[in-house]
Amino acid sequence: MRESDHDLLRWARIDARRLSLDVSREHLLRWYRQMLLARLVDDRLADLRAGGYASGGASCRGHEAAQIGCIAALSIGTDFILPYYRDLAAMLALGMPPRAIFLNQLSRGSDPISNGRMRPAQWNSRALNVISASGLVGTQTLHAAGIAFAARIRGEAAVALTFFGEGATSQGDFHEALNFAGLHHLPVIFVCENNGIALSTPQGTQMPVQHVADRAAAYGMPGVIVDGTDLLAVIATARDAFANARAGKGPTLIEVVVPRLATDAPDPRDPVLALRGYLLSRQDLTDAQDERLRADLGIMIDAALQEAVNAPSPDPATVAEHLFSDSGASSRKEA
Amino acid sequence: MRTITYREALREAMREEMARDERVIVIGEDIDGYGGTYAVTKGLADEFGRERVRDTPLAEEIIVGTAIGAAMGGMRPVAEIMTINFALLASDQIVNAAAKARYMFGGQVSVPLVVRMPAGGGAQRGAQHSQTLESWFAHVPGMKVVMPATPYDAKGMLKAAIRDEDMVLLIEHELLYGIKGEVPDEGVEYTVPLNRGEIRREGRDVSLITFSRSVHLCLQAAEELAKEGIEAEVVDMRCIRPIDLDLALDSIAKTNRAIVVEEGWKYYGTGQGIAALLYEYGFDNLDAPIGHVTGVDAPAPYAKNLEKAAFPVRNDIIDAVRRIMPQRVAR
Ligand SMILES: Cc1ncc(C[n+]2csc(CCOP(=O)(O)OP(=O)(O)O)c2C)c(N)n1
Repeated sequence: MRESDHDLLRWARIDARRLSLDVSREHLLRWYRQMLLARLVDDRLADLRAGGYASGGASCRGHEAAQIGCIAALSIGTDFILPYYRDLAAMLALGMPPRAIFLNQLSRGSDPISNGRMRPAQWNSRALNVISASGLVGTQTLHAAGIAFAARIRGEAAVALTFFGEGATSQGDFHEALNFAGLHHLPVIFVCENNGIALSTPQGTQMPVQHVADRAAAYGMPGVIVDGTDLLAVIATARDAFANARAGKGPTLIEVVVPRLATDAPDPRDPVLALRGYLLSRQDLTDAQDERLRADLGIMIDAALQEAVNAPSPDPATVAEHLFSDSGASSRKEA
Repeated sequence: MRTITYREALREAMREEMARDERVIVIGEDIDGYGGTYAVTKGLADEFGRERVRDTPLAEEIIVGTAIGAAMGGMRPVAEIMTINFALLASDQIVNAAAKARYMFGGQVSVPLVVRMPAGGGAQRGAQHSQTLESWFAHVPGMKVVMPATPYDAKGMLKAAIRDEDMVLLIEHELLYGIKGEVPDEGVEYTVPLNRGEIRREGRDVSLITFSRSVHLCLQAAEELAKEGIEAEVVDMRCIRPIDLDLALDSIAKTNRAIVVEEGWKYYGTGQGIAALLYEYGFDNLDAPIGHVTGVDAPAPYAKNLEKAAFPVRNDIIDAVRRIMPQRVAR
């Protein structure tokens, strides 16, 4: 067996100085809050699924720093995000409220993502420039290239940021998207959240190259590998990619290597614990403050969940609505 | 005879054919590691080896494209696509390459390939995972499309499909994998022809013409209708292409009334195709317009109550029958 990307990483040795990053306590605490929020919402969603109250969607546990680090580098309202189903932390960091996430997970009529029509976690927000969402793996990468292409034509500053797993990089769509973006130096950032396994298929069964990032060479763009448990390393990498995209230097493929954390047992690879440890070591956070923060977030999240639980299901009489911009009615009156 | 599930019946068909013919290989996503999304291929890799039971990268065009190549190269691949919805990614290979190869080369090229995949909705999988797209494929000349509704048919049709010299799309239903039915003992040879339907219940008053999971809904509806004295005949069309038109025509010659029942959409689908053929060749035998029970004309919604409203239920069939039965005149 060859080494996997996961063996190459030294998990979470967060150090801003090593990265020459100038980060304030305020910034660090904001990101930490986002990480905790994602973790706590993810826990509630897991409870809902385990209890049989909801189905669909996927956990982002272990992927938090990868997602939040990229969102920290973008310009909200200007840039576009094309996520996949695992990007809960990214959505929360962008400002999607937990209430929206719960309404979506429970398929309520007031679900602002889809009005109860779509599977949970196929994110969408016009206000936040979140455009998704195909349940078919990898298709969004082409849409990202198309959005960047449109932004170029319109003379807008937008960068398209798209997320996907390493399994998605086997699809033709992914290669076609990188080819087009590389060919036209489009402002796209392709972020692969590599958790080493796609359903049951390990990376070694997925591709003959050692690293997902190696794929970038074929499309004339840089391919970068970063430890996805190190929030600051992800931020530094994403900032470089955004700077290049905005300067007209074209796309980047970022491979963020992440653990897929399954259980509640503490794990040394946990990006949330890693950031917490760093904050404690810098004395930017105390245990008491941490407890307090978790408790406050918990109260806010539970209120949002309660609201979603109480919200009504969609009206079945509306089942055929939203097919067309006009009524789209058939010329023959249906029986 | 013993009773096994639809899932087990499919697995047995592959096991028996793999043991019988070394050219039979199985290829798809997570068919080894997971035993397939619906656990149909579970254990095959252990039994026949990972060279013959191959997990592919996550790309449907790899599965179908390479399976077509392997078939042209002398093998008999069984390709599993997680759902028919993802087969759209491989539809160029299915439609433009495999279905036409024999014709385009004047009969010289065979593509003895089976593509297995579930279709259908009702399990809260949302718009992109709940479609019933058999008519997209069945429209194309050169395509064989079958949709077994019982474990017996699942096994017999899959075995026949593997032995067939041409590509066969065997479309399963995600809500049928757990159903049980009688199937001959393992090793007792049988196949089910790929061009014959089956009468599932005899009746004189109305023909319920259907296929796949809707067969079971029609049987339930027929039991209810019998309580009000209406005897419905349930015609399982199971072979979508080539179609067993005579079976349906003979049935309406007897009943003079028909309802076509499917869970897919109304417009330009299998049901409309069948109804048009019945009008064309059986018009003189019809005493009422053919009814059509279908899914709602919208992508499958996710919310449970919306999804319930989107797919046909037993009572939709009963209502449709009542609408075309002669009004009973009070004596
Ligand atoms: C075109 C297509 N094929 C198959 C699937 C079924 N499927 C859903 S998720 C998944 C695995 C994706 O793995 P990866 O891209 O590595 O992302 P991860 O879930 O590991 O983050 C598969 C095969 C799908 N949704 N779309």
